Amino acid sequence: MDIKEIIKPENLVYSKSKVQIDTITHYCPGCTHGVVHKLISELIDEMGIQEKTVGVAPVGCAVFAYNYIDIDWQEAAHGRAPAVATGIVRLNPDKFVFAYQGDGDLASIGAGEIIHACNRGENILVVFINNGIYGMTGGQMAPTTIENMVTSTTPCGRDHERNGYPLKMTDLVAQLPGTSYVTRQSAQTAASVRKCKRALKKGIQNVLDKKGTSFVEVVSTCNSGWKLTPVQANKWMEENMFPYYPLGDMKDSEKGEPVSNN
Amino acid sequence: MAKVRGAVVVDKEGCKGCALCVEACPEDVLALNKDVNSRGYHYSYMENPEACIGCANCGVVCPDTCITIYRVKV
Repeated sequence: MDIKEIIKPENLVYSKSKVQIDTITHYCPGCTHGVVHKLISELIDEMGIQEKTVGVAPVGCAVFAYNYIDIDWQEAAHGRAPAVATGIVRLNPDKFVFAYQGDGDLASIGAGEIIHACNRGENILVVFINNGIYGMTGGQMAPTTIENMVTSTTPCGRDHERNGYPLKMTDLVAQLPGTSYVTRQSAQTAASVRKCKRALKKGIQNVLDKKGTSFVEVVSTCNSGWKLTPVQANKWMEENMFPYYPLGDMKDSEKGEPVSNN
Repeated sequence: MAKVRGAVVVDKEGCKGCALCVEACPEDVLALNKDVNSRGYHYSYMENPEACIGCANCGVVCPDTCITIYRVKV
């Protein structure tokens, strides 16, 4: 059978979502941001919530997310996405509001905002992209940088005596009573991307059901910041990040339950 | 058993040559082209189109969403 006979509209099984704007992203080749943008776009399309969705973009590489997903966006000051999302959802309780943040944004300057938004149980979804580095500004050490990881500000590797320990934000927010669904996912293989999509869908559904804050961490790569090829970066993440940031659900319960399941 | 044939269409200009699709393909269909697109990236293409089963793994992992997949039972 000729390829041209297969390429027909009736045989289509996978294509770009209508919610995703047809443009070339500014992300580096192989960046996990692109995968997560795609998953969010597909879910908004499948769940039919494009008109009621408001995204809050961070400071970081994903600052231009409004160019890539065709929904309403609000840009927040560095780390303040959960605070801005709180304001939006309190004034518009029928909207689906999500904050999209990186680790330099959420875990350092925005650590206070995220803890208090989760503790209040604001009805928002937080998508947390954790690549263990400040990717946009040149690969400096972030709070989530794992021990012995070489960055431009820790050229001999992160030493806990000097730089402290890596911060597990997902474990922290899982302890808070305001959160309903807290999970850690990744997006490096087809299976993990599909799993991550199911987790994001559950997070969105929880917000639509007004169950409290949903928090989805995606352990990601920053191949340009890590100075690796995209394929090598995925392998490095599996070997080094996953032992410290184990994947899986931390909490899946109703708002108001004080302790996580594990 | 019904045989499944697939076809992958890569948006040549959108591809950044990250090779994640090449890695994800279970049938070794995809490879990076020796030629480059207008932005200088070695874009992905079907090197071995006969083997494609239309599993959509390449499209799922593509960070630039530049892969469209078709599948037909023969």
